[in-house]
Amino acid sequence: MTRVAVTVNGEQREAEVEPRQLLVYFLREGLGLTGTNVGCDTSSCGSCTVHVDDEAVKSCTMLAVQADGRRVTTIEGMAAGGQLHPMQEAFRRNHGLQCGYCTPGMVMAATSYLEENASPSETEVRQALEGNLCRCTGYQNIVKAVLDAASPERVGRAIGDAVNGPEGGA
Amino acid sequence: MIPAAFDYERAESVDHAIELLGSDEEAKILAGGHSLLPLMKLRLAQPSKLVDISRVDGLSEISDEADAMVIGALTRHHDVANSDVLQANCPIVAHTAGEIGDPAVRHVGTIGGSVAHADPASDLPTVLLALGATMVVRGPGGASREVGAGDFFKGLFEPDLAPDEVLVQIRVPRHTGGWSYLKFHRRAQDWALVGVAALAANGSGPTVALTNMGDRPLRASAVEHALGAGADPATAAQLAAEGTSPPSDAFGSAEYRRELSKVLVQRALEQAMA
Repeated sequence: MTRVAVTVNGEQREAEVEPRQLLVYFLREGLGLTGTNVGCDTSSCGSCTVHVDDEAVKSCTMLAVQADGRRVTTIEGMAAGGQLHPMQEAFRRNHGLQCGYCTPGMVMAATSYLEENASPSETEVRQALEGNLCRCTGYQNIVKAVLDAASPERVGRAIGDAVNGPEGGA
Repeated sequence: MIPAAFDYERAESVDHAIELLGSDEEAKILAGGHSLLPLMKLRLAQPSKLVDISRVDGLSEISDEADAMVIGALTRHHDVANSDVLQANCPIVAHTAGEIGDPAVRHVGTIGGSVAHADPASDLPTVLLALGATMVVRGPGGASREVGAGDFFKGLFEPDLAPDEVLVQIRVPRHTGGWSYLKFHRRAQDWALVGVAALAANGSGPTVALTNMGDRPLRASAVEHALGAGADPATAAQLAAEGTSPPSDAFGSAEYRRELSKVLVQRALEQAMA
C-alpha cells in the first residue's frame, strides 16, 4: 500500500491505496465521487475525464499514485455556491445531453480546452472533443453548448430562444 | 480492468531510476503511462515493479542547441505540439505530436514514453526516423550513449534499451524545409492504419518513412531512390510498399495497407515538395 495525498475539489484527501488502483476508482469507490463515469475503460471514450492540475486527463488511464500531491477536479467540484459552472449551465441551456453518461467527461474536457483557447471555432471545438464519445446526441448540441460557454453573447440567446421559446412568448 | 499487482517506487533522479531498475529484472519505467497502463490493464504487461520517473527534474525541457533541438524524454505530447522552438525549427515534430490520441491523452503521454514503447503504429517514431533523430540513453554508472533512430527501433515493441537504461533525451535535427505527416485512420483518435512522414530535400534527397507497415517504422527506400533518380512523386509513390511487411487486422488487410501506403506517400510527397 502507498499513501497518497490528493487535493480533490479543493479538499485535501489522504488514503492508503494499492499502487495498481486507478485514479477513477480512487475517486468513485474511495471518495464516493461517482459523477466521474467509467465507459470504455480503455482511454477512448472520455467519460472518465477529470482535471489534474487544471488539465483534462483520462482517469481510467492514470494511477491514483500518479495523482499524489496534485490537484484533481471532478464534475462535483464544478458548481460553486449553488450555481452551476458556466459550462454546465451552457450544456443545460443548449440541451447538450440526452442520457447524460458522457456529460461529466464532456464538461471537464470542454472547460479544460477553453482554458487554452477562449474563443474557439466550431471545428476547433469538435477537434478538442475528439477524445469524448457520445452515443446519443450526434454532438450537435454539445458543440453548441461549448461555443455558447465560450461566447454566450454570440449564440446563447438565439439558442436559448429556440429551446425555451422567445421571451415573453405565449 | 485492473492491472496485476506491482510494487511502486518513485525515482528522484535518472540515476536513482537506473538503480531501482537494476534491482528488479521485471521492473518497468512509468512516465505518463499512456502506453504501459493500457497493456497492464489487459495483462499483456505484468511488471513486478513500476519505477515512476515522472517527477524527475530536467527531463521536460525543449532547447535549441546549435545542431539540434533537444527534447527531454518526459516532455508531454501537449508541450511538444505547442513548443515555439519546435514549431519554428522542426514543425513536423510539433504537428505530429498534436495528432496523437486526443487532448486528454496528450496532457499525460510523453515523447520518451512513445519512443521507448516502440509501437510500429505510433506516429512520432516514424517522424524521428525520417529526420534522423538521435536518442540519448543513460545507463548504470553514469554511462551515456547515443543511438540513431534507424538503429533504436529494433522490432515490435523492441527499442534498443537495456532493462536498466533510461531514455533521457531526443535530439532532432533542424528541418524547416517542406514536410508532411499524413495518417489514415477510421476514427478520430485511432492509431494510424498507415502513416507517412515525408521531408523535402534537406541536403540529401527527399526522405520518406512509414508508420505501421512492418514491425518498426520503416524508410521507404525504394521511393527515395526513385525520387533521387528523377521520378515524379506519383511514379515514385508506386514503390511505397516495397520491402514492407504490413500487418493484417480487423481494420485492414496487409494488401489494403500496401495500396494505402502508395496513396498516402504520393499525397505526403506532394505536400512536402509543394
